[in-house]
Amino acid sequence: MMKKMFSIIALAFFLDFNGVGVNAQTIGNDPAIESRLKALSQELRCLVCQNQTLADSTAPLAEDLRREIRELIAKGMTDEEITAYLVARYGDFVRYRPPLKSQTAILWAGPMILLFAGFGMLLITLRRRNALIANDKDAEE
Amino acid sequence: MKFQLKHLVPLSIFLVLLGFLMVGLKLDPHEVPSPLINKPAPLFEQKLMTDANQTFSVGKMRGQVWLLNVWASWCTACRQEHPLLMKMSQELGIPLVGLDYKDTDTEGLAVLNQFGNPYSTLVADVEGRVGIDYGVYGVPETYLIDKAGIIRYKQIGPITEEVLYSTLIPLIKGLQ
Repeated sequence: MMKKMFSIIALAFFLDFNGVGVNAQTIGNDPAIESRLKALSQELRCLVCQNQTLADSTAPLAEDLRREIRELIAKGMTDEEITAYLVARYGDFVRYRPPLKSQTAILWAGPMILLFAGFGMLLITLRRRNALIANDKDAEE
Repeated sequence: MKFQLKHLVPLSIFLVLLGFLMVGLKLDPHEVPSPLINKPAPLFEQKLMTDANQTFSVGKMRGQVWLLNVWASWCTACRQEHPLLMKMSQELGIPLVGLDYKDTDTEGLAVLNQFGNPYSTLVADVEGRVGIDYGVYGVPETYLIDKAGIIRYKQIGPITEEVLYSTLIPLIKGLQ
């Protein structure tokens, strides 16, 4: 039993290390370009498999876009310019962090509004309960 | 119990939630609105797949309303769309340019030889570079481009009879 469990754990470790090996293979020649590509592609969405970043995806389009970004970096474009280049083609959706615009205001402000509404309701309920307890005490006396 | 306005609060919250969910049902997260609508179609020039001595260029299409259909031999949804494209090439009377995306010329041409060629012009995008300029992320995709070279409509996924008759044809008539 123990032996079996141990081998399963060992297998899991082996598989995990295998995964790291695959990632390491994709690193190309120029380490400076590759590290910028890695950082940038973690902020960008793969449009084919929408919940993966460009860095993680193995979709053919993601590979093409990584090639494109690599070339743009080599051309001397800044990260902002490259992001703008991709947004011009695929829209804000390629960015994992949507920019604050009038269209996205609800997205950014929504959680805050809900939080404050929650606090407001809590405050009202607590005050009311206090008032009730105070009334009961008055009645007892 | 006396009726009070506050008793309506849970019901109204429920109705608002219901509204959001109903809108959500009709949205397709795979249809990302293209930022290229109402922008100039990206220029490119490419040799024809059918005749290497001739080239196609977006600039030369000025003055015409035309369609750019991005497809590939490996794309199954393109196969579904194909009969409708054949029909469109005969009935619409506007240029239908086919862009064979990330494909080999041999395989692309083989499919058209077998099922028929709906395209008035056929070019290849072997490396997917034109596709990136057009923001292609799921073939088939179709762009409607007006006389001034502005993209007016983008269909993501296969064109259906409904899209053709209720959207594309009225748009084309308006642009001509």
